[in-house]
Amino acid sequence: MNEKSSYEAGFGSDALKEPRRIVFITKKTSAKVKGDVGRQFMSYPQLILREAIAFELLALVLVLLSLLWDAPLEQLANPLLTPNPAKAPWYFLGLQELLHYFPPVVAGVLIPGLVIVALVVIPYFNVNIEGEPLWAKQPQRRLRIFVGGVVVLFVFFGLYHAWTVILPTAAITALALAAYFLPSGRRNFTDFLRSRPLSWWVMTWFISVAIILTVVGTFFRGPGWSWVWPWR
Amino acid sequence: MTTRSTHRALDQLRDTRVWKSIFRRGPARTNRTRSLAVFGNLFLHAMPVKVREESLRVRATYYLGSFSFFLFVILSVTGILLMLYYHPAVPMAYRDMKDLQFVVSNGVFLRNLHRLAAQAMVIAVFWHMFHVFYRGGYKPPHQFNWVVGVGLLLVTLFLSYTGYLLPWDQLAFWAITVGTNIISYVPFLGQPMRFLLLGGHQIGENALLRFYVLHIVILPLAAVILIGIHFWRVQKDGGLTVREDHERKI
Repeated sequence: MNEKSSYEAGFGSDALKEPRRIVFITKKTSAKVKGDVGRQFMSYPQLILREAIAFELLALVLVLLSLLWDAPLEQLANPLLTPNPAKAPWYFLGLQELLHYFPPVVAGVLIPGLVIVALVVIPYFNVNIEGEPLWAKQPQRRLRIFVGGVVVLFVFFGLYHAWTVILPTAAITALALAAYFLPSGRRNFTDFLRSRPLSWWVMTWFISVAIILTVVGTFFRGPGWSWVWPWR
Repeated sequence: MTTRSTHRALDQLRDTRVWKSIFRRGPARTNRTRSLAVFGNLFLHAMPVKVREESLRVRATYYLGSFSFFLFVILSVTGILLMLYYHPAVPMAYRDMKDLQFVVSNGVFLRNLHRLAAQAMVIAVFWHMFHVFYRGGYKPPHQFNWVVGVGLLLVTLFLSYTGYLLPWDQLAFWAITVGTNIISYVPFLGQPMRFLLLGGHQIGENALLRFYVLHIVILPLAAVILIGIHFWRVQKDGGLTVREDHERKI
């Protein structure tokens, strides 16, 4: 553990304004700790006032919408009369869409379980604190690993014909490859893509797949989970 | 002129003995009394006394965490009012929905508000999580608070899901059927877990009662405790994450 020798000790700011504190900064500490605190405001009234305004705006919008929109209410529940399709609440329709493609143990248990585990362990991973871009170091080696991983994903999804998963995956892959191959230059968008770390790419992929699956499950699925156009 | 006289009247009110006995302070004219206004107040003491200029900016948070909490408050209030008109029994539950529609004053509005706020809370919590992720809000020293947040996301989803069954209409019944069928796919534990949740092999009176108890007691209690920890940890971990590239450059 040679990290122990890399502690820095220092005294924080003006002792009259703020209580004196000793800070230990290791290499793993967030970079922001090293910066000064900057200008500060009193929570009362600056923050409280803003929160109150936010609450009032929210209440206003909700009340207006509740006057215009009616909560759905169908016939009395009847276990003998199955609607086709029977749909879960909208936030589970992504899962239901997955169930359409994959065996139940994979779509209903394995994938959601993995998502929850992945979300929980995010901060305990070897966190890339500086937010180093994906293609910054050893770009060729990383490209090989990236392409390998993506090919495995495509083969897996392709085996089950899960094309509503393949589509957003392909789109994000194309963007990541664009960030690798397109020259940096005048276009802000490519520069933005080039500066993104791996975590950004994984999360953006996850969000786009989740949104596409939920939208498809909500609007584009009809009897027998067949494809329908919502405007027909 | 009127605003000035209102201000003066308020200041005089805040100087009275009764006001001071209730709020433990006079008017908040100095930074000391402004600090007291926060940490001397049971409902505000989880907030920081001072906030960085950067974390006050709208794009630092878009108030997404606040909105999630506000929606929880609105849901609690409308939910308690709805409880006054609801029996968790078959088929009374559905008749109560009809009563809300045709008999109770503003019953439709009350249910609309509860349902709408529930959908909005699911969206707000998800959005809050993604926003925090993109800002790197999970990085040290905020690791554990991220995990608490994931817990709150799950509680929010279960709250919304258990509430879905309560109207006892076709929509509710079949949505819960689809959802609980997924549980039974869990290897070995699937069937027992589904039985425990439904209080039987099929969705019936027992399932409605269990979902009701989960929806109004167990899950809200879990949410309140987790929200408390979540807010408290934000402050203990040194406030919101400030992104160098976003907020420092002006």
